[in-house]
Amino acid sequence: MRRGIAATGLIAALALTAAACGGDDEGSGGSKGGKLSGTVTFWDTSNDAEKGAYEKIAKGFEKLHPDVEVDYVNVPFGEANAKFKNAAGGNSGAPDVMRTEVAWTQDFASLGYLAPLDGTVALDKADDYLPQAAASTKFKGKTYAAPQTIDTLALFYNKKMLKDAGVEVPTSFDEVKSAAKKIRSKSGKTGLYLRGDDPYYYLPYLYGEGGDLLDTKNKKVTVDEPEGAEAFSVMKDLVDSKAAVTDASDGYNNQLNAFKDGDVAMALDGPWSIQGALQGKEFKSDKGNLGVAPAPAGSARQGAPQGGWNLAAYAGSGNLDASYEFIKYMSSAKVQQQTTEQLSLLPTRTSVYDVKSVKDNQMVQFFKPAVAKSVQRPWIPEANALFEPIRLQLEKVLSGKSSPEKGAKGIGDAYRKLLKDYK
Amino acid sequence: MAVETGRSVAKAADAEGIRGRGHRPGKKPGRLRRTFATHWYAWAMVAPVVTVIGVIVGYPLVRGMYLSTTNANEANVERHIGVNDIPATYESVGLDNYRAILSDGVFWDRLTWTVVWTVSCVALSFALGLALATMLNRKLAGRSFYRMALILPWAVPAFVSVFTWRLLFNEKKGLLNKLLAGGGIDAVPWLNDPTWAKISVITVNVWLGVPFMLVAMLGGLQSIPGELYEAAEMDGANAWQRFRHITLPGLRTVASTVILISGIWTFNMFPVIFLLTRGGPGDATEILVTYAYRLSFVVSPRDFAGSAAWGVLILALLSIIAVAYRRALRKQGEVW
Repeated sequence: MRRGIAATGLIAALALTAAACGGDDEGSGGSKGGKLSGTVTFWDTSNDAEKGAYEKIAKGFEKLHPDVEVDYVNVPFGEANAKFKNAAGGNSGAPDVMRTEVAWTQDFASLGYLAPLDGTVALDKADDYLPQAAASTKFKGKTYAAPQTIDTLALFYNKKMLKDAGVEVPTSFDEVKSAAKKIRSKSGKTGLYLRGDDPYYYLPYLYGEGGDLLDTKNKKVTVDEPEGAEAFSVMKDLVDSKAAVTDASDGYNNQLNAFKDGDVAMALDGPWSIQGALQGKEFKSDKGNLGVAPAPAGSARQGAPQGGWNLAAYAGSGNLDASYEFIKYMSSAKVQQQTTEQLSLLPTRTSVYDVKSVKDNQMVQFFKPAVAKSVQRPWIPEANALFEPIRLQLEKVLSGKSSPEKGAKGIGDAYRKLLKDYK
Repeated sequence: MAVETGRSVAKAADAEGIRGRGHRPGKKPGRLRRTFATHWYAWAMVAPVVTVIGVIVGYPLVRGMYLSTTNANEANVERHIGVNDIPATYESVGLDNYRAILSDGVFWDRLTWTVVWTVSCVALSFALGLALATMLNRKLAGRSFYRMALILPWAVPAFVSVFTWRLLFNEKKGLLNKLLAGGGIDAVPWLNDPTWAKISVITVNVWLGVPFMLVAMLGGLQSIPGELYEAAEMDGANAWQRFRHITLPGLRTVASTVILISGIWTFNMFPVIFLLTRGGPGDATEILVTYAYRLSFVVSPRDFAGSAAWGVLILALLSIIAVAYRRALRKQGEVW
């Protein structure tokens, strides 16, 4: 363990020396006489409840192109960004096709990790994409990904628990608070699970108060304006008044478990959790018990962040032809229809919404208008880096170590350090 | 390190090279040459190890030090990705990185907690290890079973232990809080409250560290001659006096070494913190190394230069501590 001393000094250096080593071209194949061959390695980030279905769908590509082998790898969401960067920057072990979160796309593209897709087969029928989904794939005038699925946060609620307490579905955080009071007095259960560990969940509160993280047009940091502090106050008030429970770690699992086991009546979550929630004891036998409503409004408006996933090709892929073809397949109308039917995920193609099975899907019926109204995040390379400062302040504010005003100011200060040309 | 016997041919070739260099026409054999001539075999044996260490430790170390004086980050280092060839555009900034780190409160906050963490972990695991070793050094029924059981935490891979602890610590579903609830005690926010999270990470690290201390102390105890205890007993010394005046001095050599080693390990104990709390809640349990990791692997764009500077500072701190500790021991007449 003596190497432990040096290890820290090496952490950065190793990553760099790896990057300095020349590129070794791996992966053979391509197109021979118009026929695709070789292997396409696909990194998927879908969660445990979804990955089985995704693997089957990805493997379906082999039926269309019998000479191509799809190597499906599931990489947990939390690790995917770092893992891809390590592999892409180090020129070894990166996949051919990567499922990137919408805010990662510009980051990867700006670093030269992604192959531009303009003019390739990957962008098939690009007019069919929802404009806001397509917006997240662009960087400096080029397109670096094909939108795969789009989502936003919404209020998941347990219909039975709300009915037993005699409350309507809340439309604002104020109503959430009063509903929680009734739920507590009726059943002793908690109203809402509030994610205290994940900065993404700060956004509905921020947008709800009419604020935003940045004003990218005027290059201005806006998170430390009064709305940013107000968003923290709303969150803290929900926790302090015992309307909500929260955790500073393991929040995703804790929230899903608490909600599906009926320990809390409501939670802010996205379509990616539908499958997981339906497997819990509250919804397993009675799927109709799961209700989904727009994310509650703040004092100014209702607003939830636009999220979702894109498909991007690694610029160093040894098999780009097959990668483009694979992206075309995975983002095709047919595959999007399948993912909606099996996982209730939202398509990014307008045409798919006209298919009957999609139109009849309850979750789509709900999420589609929510997505249409969702707030676009800043599509800049630093977009993903905007979360870390929120995470730090969120913990400080919710634990009472810092005031909401100081919390918002802390985020703003960190942003100005990060974005040199912002004021 | 084990010597690989299969590579003797390569070693012999190395040795020839070394001997060859020693020949300088028209000069008397120098001291260096005589050393080589006498000890060529020893040099040949260590050559592969020195080479490997030079490549995997020396080179990155020097490169890390160099990077810490630049503004290198993920966006301006050289990359060759498929058709994209991106040249390096980072430049030297002198000691700016160090100045920025040392003038920022983050470094001092993290350093304070790292010191608290190291001292409490080492002190607790040493005390527990010594106590258990003393108990196990006596004849008692099932002694080898107890020894096996106490070594167990060491045999399990650290990440398995840490993940298991994480399940135990879970505030709502964890076993620890279920047990407390059975005793009528409110749930403890183990990993969600900064103070409890600190206690939790220390607990896990102590749990992982006790076996090492136990084994080392048992070895030390067994090297103390039994006659000393017999003589002391004849002179009427009680158990505490025997422990104080025979056991403790007898253990000193072993103890001082393991405390230094374990101090260095704990100072840099990345896996326990990272896997248990990821430095959270907030940054409450973040130690220096996990923060350096964050700079280099989590934030975007990755700040290689800043992280390297943190690494160099950590290395410097540990070297200073080690030297000071050795001096202190030497003053007490310890040969180490």
